[in-house]
Amino acid sequence: MGESAEIRLTADVLVLGGGPSGAWAAWSAAKQGAKVILADKGYLGTSGATAPGGTNLLYLPPDQAKRDAAVEDRLKGGGYLSEADWIYRVMEQVYINMELVAEWGYPFPKDADGNVSKAHLHGPEYMHLMRRVVAKAGVRILDQHPAQELLQDDHGVAGARGISRLDGRTWEVRAGAVVIATGGCAFLSKGLGCNVLTGDGLLMASELGADLSGMEFSRQYAPSAAFGTVTRGRLLGWASFYDGDGQLLHDGTGGPRGDDFLARMLRNGPVYATLDQADTEEKRRLLRQAHPVFFLPYDRSGIDPFTERFPLTLRYEGTVRGTGGIRIIGKDCSTSVPGLFAAGDAASREKTAGARTGGGAYNASWAICSGTWAGQGAAEHARLLGSASAQREGRPAGQYGLASSARTGKTTEVQMLTENIRREVLPLEINYFRSVPVIQAALDRLNALWPEVHGQPPETVQGKVRAREAAAMAATARWMYTAALARTETRGMHTLAEHPAMDPDQAHRLLVSGVEQIKLRKEAVLGGRPSPAVEEGRLIL
Amino acid sequence: MIELISENRCIQCGLCIKVCPTNVFDEDDAGMPVIARQEDCQTCFMCEAYCPVDAMYVSPQADVSVLVDEQQLIEEGLLGSWRATIGWGPNSKGSMAANDTVPLLNGIRDRRRAAQA
Repeated sequence: MGESAEIRLTADVLVLGGGPSGAWAAWSAAKQGAKVILADKGYLGTSGATAPGGTNLLYLPPDQAKRDAAVEDRLKGGGYLSEADWIYRVMEQVYINMELVAEWGYPFPKDADGNVSKAHLHGPEYMHLMRRVVAKAGVRILDQHPAQELLQDDHGVAGARGISRLDGRTWEVRAGAVVIATGGCAFLSKGLGCNVLTGDGLLMASELGADLSGMEFSRQYAPSAAFGTVTRGRLLGWASFYDGDGQLLHDGTGGPRGDDFLARMLRNGPVYATLDQADTEEKRRLLRQAHPVFFLPYDRSGIDPFTERFPLTLRYEGTVRGTGGIRIIGKDCSTSVPGLFAAGDAASREKTAGARTGGGAYNASWAICSGTWAGQGAAEHARLLGSASAQREGRPAGQYGLASSARTGKTTEVQMLTENIRREVLPLEINYFRSVPVIQAALDRLNALWPEVHGQPPETVQGKVRAREAAAMAATARWMYTAALARTETRGMHTLAEHPAMDPDQAHRLLVSGVEQIKLRKEAVLGGRPSPAVEEGRLIL
Repeated sequence: MIELISENRCIQCGLCIKVCPTNVFDEDDAGMPVIARQEDCQTCFMCEAYCPVDAMYVSPQADVSVLVDEQQLIEEGLLGSWRATIGWGPNSKGSMAANDTVPLLNGIRDRRRAAQA
């Protein structure tokens, strides 16, 4: 993209991504008085993993004992890679922000005691509301405008460039600061809402030299109907499980099972479930009204999930419900690149979630808080640079999967490349049941695929977007497996068959940087706790 | 995947084209939205939720396209059912958020855990 863009805009703060973290970042920056543009690949209101479903929140009233217990629980569960002060910060900020969400009109329900409960949000209404709030704050929203590369100059990040999916026009926003809120990477696995999450922001940040952290913590799958996309597992806590012959797969009655139950069972063949523990009309009503989207695939397929068996699969959630992402270095969610901030699933969530999945409350809370903090930080950065900051002549920094970066005249077979990447990351046999030789072989094959990102993107708008997405997915997969091989232990969600125990000497974070050549470094966990020497040699989930 | 845009119901507002997170729809020369890239549909049901006239149907089948019959979908109450469940549109029985029973489920979970402990 050497030529000038067809749409040219300036802003104090540019937010990339229109899920919860991007929405909160844009609102937060605008509230500081910044001129803000938010560009999303899809549409602020429907994009990302939250909008079609819903999220739990780490919502605890300011009761010190309860909050202390939650922090202790997470420090241990997160393999001692999270930090107590960050978890307290998140709990405080979520509490404040949910007051705002209530004021803005989200109709929070009541618990059994009649108290308003703010611990869960339904996605469609939440994100519909957030769009209204962001627009009202004066943010200019560019829907269907995926960012493809950042701009940089000697002072750091200077904006971004992308393309409009609606008319193919190229766009450029020059900005004093940029917030990357583009989500994680789920490798087009069709987990609910996850196919917009292809690691674009990780690649853009890396091209400017930002570190990534925790990429080994990407071993996360979620159950859904085998034929469907609704990756909502909680109600399976009310299920009994069967094999293809209708034989029970467990002793006794149904109910919540261990984290790896479904993966182990799917190894042997098809798995079916029935929600037979919801054995009264009242319980069935409670389940339906708690998670209506869970029932959508079954209702539309003519299956009564309370009495009939339905087939299950596991869909890969990558770094979306893993915890790896762009390394945060400051309380304002700044990164190692001046002017570049990261929020939501694009950022590493290790500071709050540690090595354990951030799915279920932690990630959603992190999105809200990191967005709020990144927006503030970005607005402040732009203010300090002064009003001329958005006039800087930034150089486009994209180096992979773009027409401007192509090293050959050959057009990339994007679909084939994408399938070849997915083949290395989606299978349970590779990425869930991790072992050194299997991960190493997959990484070798990914490295062999890598040169294809230097080809020409197809001419179509979709071809250009997908070629860049494929480059981001290829890079993300290589970062994940490079880090996975370097963490020779089992900690949080990461396992290696050869190293089934937690190693007290590896209570550090792993940073990866670089795209072509990947460098590894260790980072001590400030404010963490030393690992206990004995951890029973098993996951502590 | 998205299987139906009802020509009878569509008012050509273009909202589905704008809100689809994965860019499945294009506008044809007559201004009608068309399913241009069905294979890119991520089965998130958002287009259906946002369609102001309940003209769209997303099948729960994520990996295979299935034939649907508009009249049958109407008779089975499926056309527009997700929008109504969320609480949007004239057929809604109220806000999904306001009727959320997650707090009650959490109460049951906490009592279960306390009983086990």
